[in-house]
Amino acid sequence: MTRPAPEKDIAEALAGEVEQAFRDRAALCIRGSGSKDFLGREPAGRKLDVSRHRGVISYEPTELVLTARSGTRLSEIRDVLADQGQMLAFEPPAFGDEATLGGTIAAGLSGPRRPYAGSARDFVLGVTMLNGQGESGRFGGEVIKNVAGYDVSRLMAGAMGTLGVLLDVSLKVLPRPEAERTRVFKLSAAAALEKLTTLGRLPIPLSGAAWMEGRLYVRLSGSASGVSAAERELIGEPLAEKEAAGFWTGLREHRLDFFADDRPLWRLGLPPAAPELGLDGKGLIDWGGGQRWLFSALPAETIRDRAAAAGGHATLFRGGDRREAIFHPLSQAMLALHQRVKAALDPAGIFNPGRLYEGL
Amino acid sequence: MTPLPGIRDASKNRPPDAASLNRLRAEVGERLRAVIPATGVLTELEQLRPFECDGLSAHRQPPLAVAMPANVDQVQAVLKVCREAGVPVVTRGAGTGLSGGALPLAGGVLLNMSRMNDIISIDQDNRLARVQPGVRNLQISEAVRHLGLYYAPDPSSQIACSIGGNVAENAGGVHCLKYGLTVHNVAAVDVVTIDGERLTFGSEAFDAPGFDLLALIHGSEGLLAVIVEVVVRLLPVPRHAQVVMAAFPDVGSAGHAVARIIGSGILPAGLEMMDHGCILAVNDYLDVGYPECEAVVLCEVDGTAEEVADQLVQVRDVLLAGGATEVRESRSEAERLALWSGRKAAFPAVGRIASDYYCMDGTIPRRHLADVLAEIQRLANTYGLRVVNVFHAGDGNMHPLILYDANLAGQTETAEALGAAILEACVAVGGTVTGEHGVGVEKLDTMCVQFSTIELAQFHALKAAFDPEAILNPGKAVPTLARCAEFGAMHVHGGRLPHPELERF
Repeated sequence: MTRPAPEKDIAEALAGEVEQAFRDRAALCIRGSGSKDFLGREPAGRKLDVSRHRGVISYEPTELVLTARSGTRLSEIRDVLADQGQMLAFEPPAFGDEATLGGTIAAGLSGPRRPYAGSARDFVLGVTMLNGQGESGRFGGEVIKNVAGYDVSRLMAGAMGTLGVLLDVSLKVLPRPEAERTRVFKLSAAAALEKLTTLGRLPIPLSGAAWMEGRLYVRLSGSASGVSAAERELIGEPLAEKEAAGFWTGLREHRLDFFADDRPLWRLGLPPAAPELGLDGKGLIDWGGGQRWLFSALPAETIRDRAAAAGGHATLFRGGDRREAIFHPLSQAMLALHQRVKAALDPAGIFNPGRLYEGL
Repeated sequence: MTPLPGIRDASKNRPPDAASLNRLRAEVGERLRAVIPATGVLTELEQLRPFECDGLSAHRQPPLAVAMPANVDQVQAVLKVCREAGVPVVTRGAGTGLSGGALPLAGGVLLNMSRMNDIISIDQDNRLARVQPGVRNLQISEAVRHLGLYYAPDPSSQIACSIGGNVAENAGGVHCLKYGLTVHNVAAVDVVTIDGERLTFGSEAFDAPGFDLLALIHGSEGLLAVIVEVVVRLLPVPRHAQVVMAAFPDVGSAGHAVARIIGSGILPAGLEMMDHGCILAVNDYLDVGYPECEAVVLCEVDGTAEEVADQLVQVRDVLLAGGATEVRESRSEAERLALWSGRKAAFPAVGRIASDYYCMDGTIPRRHLADVLAEIQRLANTYGLRVVNVFHAGDGNMHPLILYDANLAGQTETAEALGAAILEACVAVGGTVTGEHGVGVEKLDTMCVQFSTIELAQFHALKAAFDPEAILNPGKAVPTLARCAEFGAMHVHGGRLPHPELERF
C-alpha cells in the first residue's frame, strides 16, 4: 500500500474552482499534462489544471487493483506496477512523457492489446469525480464485481472530460506475462486480414496483431511454454526481442516512421473482419483488423460513409479542421440523449464544451 | 390517448383499491390488445400469478397485466400505450433474478420478453452473435460450440437466465476474474427508449462514437430503456482446463493462499471457496467427497496444454506452501467436472439442509476475507441464525447463505435484517452491497449505506435523462432520498447518522 503525500491532494481547491465556474456559467477546459490536447474538437474555456492532483493512493498487487489521483503520471503508474510484475493490460498510449491517468481514462484510448485484454473502460472499477456543480461523488469501487448503482465510472472513459472532473480512478491491473514473442509474416493487406480472421478463432495466447507495409506482426504473451508452443503452431519469422518491443511501443505511441505524414490521420473502428475499404491514402491495420489508421486527404464524408457502411466509424485523429466534426457524427436521437446525459451530470454545460461534439 | 386516473399512485407501488385496479386492468388490457395480438396480453388473475415474483420469491405482487411482445415493433407499441396512459412498465427476462428487479407493480404492466428468443445471426469471422433478449445464456454457447467458440459469462442460472436480463443486471459467474462480467463480453445492445426510439449502444467494432452508453445500460436494471437485441462477443474455447482442489484447516489461510496465487502472476479461470458448513451440505447432497475441513479452494486454470501444465505446478506449490492439508487435481475432463459439481450444487445442497435460505451478494477487497467471515459469524450468532458461505474468491464476491424457516413467525424478517447487517460489514471494508445480483427491491435500504445523497441524486438525474416520467421500473435499484432519510432515522451506524443533511420524517 502506498500513502501519497497529502500536499498532492488538491481535490478541495478543484471543487472550489468548479463551483465558481458553475455559478459564473463559465466554461472549463480540464487539463492534465496536455498530452492529448491534439485530440477532439478545439478546446475551449478556462484551464482547470488537475496535473498537481497526483499520487498513487492504494495499490494491492494481490487484489489486482490500483487507485491513483487523476494527475498521477502514467509513467509512474507503469513503474509502480512493473515493480510488482503487473501492468495496465489495455496498454494505453501516452502520447507524451507527462501523460496523466485522468487524461488517459478521459480519452479512453487503448493500445495493441485491446482486442485480447480489453479496453480502458473495461479496466475502470471506480472513480471519484466532481460533477458540474463541484460536488464530489464516488462511483464504482475497488472491487472487480460491483453492480450497485448505475455504472457512472465506466461512462467517464472516453467522455473527453465532458461529464465530470476525475479526481481519482481505481483500475483493475493484471500480471505481466512471463514471456512475450513476436512473429512476422510477409503478406498483402488483404491476405493479412484473412489470416487475422483465422488467428482470431484459435485459442492461442494472442496479445497483438498489426499489419504495416507488407508485414503482419503477431504478438504472443503468456507462460514461456505456452508461447513457445503457439510460436511453433504459427510459424512465421521470429522478430528479435528489442526490435519487437520497439515495434509495439512505436505503434502504441505513433512513433513508427509510418506516422510521419502531413496528411490528416484517421482512426477507423471496424468489425475486425471487415475487408479493406479501398480508401485512397496510406493505411496500417491494428487490433487484429478492428482499428485501422489511415493518412488520407479524402473528404471526411467519404471516409465516414465508407467506415459506416462497413459497420464501423471514423475519427479524425490528428490534423484537419478542429472546428468541424472530429468524432463520428451521432444520429439526432443519439445526440439528444447525449445532451440529456450531459445535463444530468453537468447541468450548466461547463466541462469541455464542444470538445466531443458541437452542442455537447 | 389520455393518462388514466389513479395510476400515478401505482407507480409508487402503493396498491390502489381493488375496484379501481380492476377498472384499470380492463382499460389497459384493451389498449394493449389494440396494438399487439391478443395472445400476447394477459389480464386474468390466474394468468398473472406465474409472474408475481422473480428469483426473490419472498416478494410477490401480481402485475396489472402482462404484455408479451413478439418483435421490436410490438415492444415499441406497448411502451407507447404505457407512456400515454402513464402506466409503469417492469421488463422481465427469464425471471431468475435474485434481487426482485422484475417484481411487478400492482398498477404496472409486466413486459415479458420471453417470446423474443431467436438467435438472429452468428458471425464467426468477427466472433459475434446477434440475439434477441429472451435467448438463454447457455443457448448461445450451445449454438456456436461446433465453431470452437463460446460465450464466456456463466452465471449459475445460465441454463435458464436470459441474455437481456444478463445485460440489465450485468451478470457475473465463476469465470469473471479472467473473462470479465457481461459488460466486458457484449459488443452492442439495441434498446427502445421510453420515447419509442430504437437506439444502438456500442457497435460491431471494438468501440463506438460518443459516450459509453453501452456500459451505462449494463446493470441498469430496466430503469433506463428496454433491451431488444444484444450482440455478444464469442471467444475461442480454451483447448485445455484443469482444476485443483485444496483443503485448508482455517478460512484465513485459504484466503491468503488465494491472494498468493494471484500475486504469483497466475490469472485462474475460476477461483472459488466454500466454508465448513457449505462443504458438509455439499458432501451430504452429492458424492463429491470434499475433505471435511474448514475451507475448500477450487482453482481452475485454462489455456493451451503447455500453459495449463506449467500453471498447475505453480498453483499446487502455492497452495501447499499456504498450508493446504490436501491437494487434488483433475486428471480428466470427467474428474474436472466432478470436482466442480459440488461447488455448482452448493445452493441446492444448502436448500436441503434448511427449509429456506437467503442468498447475499456482497463484494469485498479480498484481503479482508478472514475478518469479514468472522464478523458474519458474530452477526449470525447475534441474530440466532446459521450462515454458510460460498465465495467467488478470485474476485471477492461473497455469497453468504442465511438459513431460516419462513414458516416460523419473524424468521424472514430476522434473515433480512441479518442480510442487511452483513452487507453493511462489506461496505465498511470498502466493498459493495451487490457484486452480481443487483439491487432490485431487496437492497434499496443498504444502498443508502453505500452511497451519499449527492451520489444517489446523480443516479436519479441519469434516470431522468432517459425516462423523465419514471415509467420504466420505477422504485427499483436506486432508493429515493426520502427513503434513505427514513432508513437513516431508524438506523444509526457507528454513532453517525447517514445523510445528516436530510430532513427526518
